Amino acid sequence: MRKFLMSTAAVAALFAAPMPMAHAEESVEVLHWWTSGGEAAALDVLKKNLEAQGVTWKDMPVAGGGGEAAMTALRARVTAGDPPTAVQALGFDITDWANQGVVGDLGEVADKEGWDKVVPAALQNFAKHDGKWIAAPVNVHSTNWVWISKKALDAAGGKAPETWDELVAVLDKMQANGITPLGHGGQAWQDATIFDAVVLSLGTDFYKSSMIDLDPAALGGDKMVEAFDRMTKLKGYVDKDFSGRDWNLASAMVIEGKAGMQMMGDWAKGEFLKANQKPGTDFVCIRFPGTQGAVTFNSDMFMMFKVGDDKKKAQLQMAADIEDPAFQSSFNVVKGSVPARTDVPDTAFDDCGKKGIKDLAEASSAGKLFGSMAHGYAAPAAVKNALYDVVTRHFNGELDSKAAAKALAEAVAAAKG
Amino acid sequence: MADLTTTAPRAVTNPRATLQDLLPKIVLAPSFALILIFVYGFIVFTGFLSFSGSKLLPDFSTWVGLNNYVRLFNHPNWITALKNLAIFSVLYIVVCSFIGLALAIFLDQKIRGEGFLRPIYLYPMALSFIVTGVAWKWFLDPGIGLEHVMQSWGWESFSFRWIKEGQMAIYTIVIAAVWQSSGFVMAMFLAGLRGVDNEIIKAAQIDGASTLTIYRRIIIPLMRPVFLSAFVVLAHLAIKSYDLVVAMTDGGPGTATWTPALFMQKFTFGRNEMGMGAASAIIMMMMIFAIIVPYLYSELGGKKK
Repeated sequence: MRKFLMSTAAVAALFAAPMPMAHAEESVEVLHWWTSGGEAAALDVLKKNLEAQGVTWKDMPVAGGGGEAAMTALRARVTAGDPPTAVQALGFDITDWANQGVVGDLGEVADKEGWDKVVPAALQNFAKHDGKWIAAPVNVHSTNWVWISKKALDAAGGKAPETWDELVAVLDKMQANGITPLGHGGQAWQDATIFDAVVLSLGTDFYKSSMIDLDPAALGGDKMVEAFDRMTKLKGYVDKDFSGRDWNLASAMVIEGKAGMQMMGDWAKGEFLKANQKPGTDFVCIRFPGTQGAVTFNSDMFMMFKVGDDKKKAQLQMAADIEDPAFQSSFNVVKGSVPARTDVPDTAFDDCGKKGIKDLAEASSAGKLFGSMAHGYAAPAAVKNALYDVVTRHFNGELDSKAAAKALAEAVAAAKG
Repeated sequence: MADLTTTAPRAVTNPRATLQDLLPKIVLAPSFALILIFVYGFIVFTGFLSFSGSKLLPDFSTWVGLNNYVRLFNHPNWITALKNLAIFSVLYIVVCSFIGLALAIFLDQKIRGEGFLRPIYLYPMALSFIVTGVAWKWFLDPGIGLEHVMQSWGWESFSFRWIKEGQMAIYTIVIAAVWQSSGFVMAMFLAGLRGVDNEIIKAAQIDGASTLTIYRRIIIPLMRPVFLSAFVVLAHLAIKSYDLVVAMTDGGPGTATWTPALFMQKFTFGRNEMGMGAASAIIMMMMIFAIIVPYLYSELGGKKK
């Protein structure tokens, strides 16, 4: 694979160098992995906006695997010295690329349009590097959501749980009613998504010290043992065949009434809407019990690369279009996420979207908006995956809670080394 | 001066003969150069990478010595991967050879319909490991596959959920891999069996040896070179095993079915740990060399004697 990649890179380098000269008109080349129906439709809005302004859109979609394949393609392009104009990217991947010194500078347009004031500070940590804007955030997904089937909830008392104990009580009742209480897919990132919320439910300070500051005392401490105990408790509510299941199949279980609830980021909402379910009447969206007021986020951004002067203007135009409030609204209504700037009106959004926008603004101003560990906004890829390993091994019963907390601290130390 | 006298006559030789001499070299040169760069060149490149502190991109400005190898062998996932490789390769090679030999012996009994049966066993080899993996994933999934069907047919207590159990999941990969490859091993053995000299067998029959004894004492020992070839082919497939694992379990449940090749891919491209990924690739290459080099030595060295 690597041999293939390097040879491709070398060949690409031979051919790519004289290419840019051929294009006198303005164009942007965009590497992304938004190829599925709703995502592609959302991105098409941006494409049309740019084309109306005379900028040609050269599409470079690399589908699959949450962007891993796209990042591999990007490696080849950057190694060959011919990066695309803009690349969809997440969290610490952006920081990692910025450290390689290959990213562009959006300062000109960001200053003019006052991004500093409207984009939440927690997002700026990633979209800015050394004080320079390098990426344009498209949206904010928050990950500490629970999606509950209204019918199953009514049968289990009808009150949405607000604390851990109430959650356990509802799950118990759902189990007594004969359905799978928790619809879940046993893939490392899904286990980690629940783990994020569980850690956050034990306190925002605890989340910050363990997941973001990676404090060994917090990672291996008693509170982490409690977090793992809660994971064990939740494991008791999933069905036997959960291992390896995709997240949208877990959503389908809730939609069909086979499962009571799913703990997943707000992209799950799209599955409910596609099945013609209405927020409030068919399903209920709540924050993970005990985390109301705080938000763990992940945000899709377009990272801008250093390009020649002939392409610079189109690049800045694209960045400006992404941060356009009208685009932010229309894109995020389709995608299920919320706008990456806090001054976008929420009129076009459904109830869950409105709650998401309100929660985000609230958490941001209270300093309780944190990057999601499970989605690469709390720690770099190496550390994130080291955390995944331990969380998923514990969730699959290979480690008990005490051993898991110890392993967590060790794994993070090893990954940082 | 002696050199001059010896080279002088060559200059007078026919230019056509010189061309004939050079032509094979000219024809082979491009592929030789390509292999030199893209195979051996990149092996050396990977070797350098494994001693560097490369993370996201190749980075030759920081050297970390053997640190990547130390971290590799302290990593629980690598240890899991090595254990899985041991389980997988031993079972895969032994079971494939056994089934392949048994099928070949049965087919060698001059039975009717051999031409029909042989391709049936051989066809799984025509599928890629990805297809095999996806098919077996569904087949073994308790919710939709074998267990579900058995239970819906009335065998309520039937349970076969290895693919969902961390301790057993690696064995389901062995099952799928054996299904895929044993037909190929059968073909190798069948070719070997057909090559056995009939005279020997007739001589043994005249001496009064039973069929079982003939197979045990004469034919199977004669299969030694086939065993060796099968071993080399299967062993390197086992070390490279990546696509089957990705399609069936993607390393799960948890990290239970990680293999070295999966480790290499995930660390190099997923975790931005190119140095460690390169170190694992070098270890895998050393494992393959440990198998191939003695084999080549015995094959090539043997003929010179």
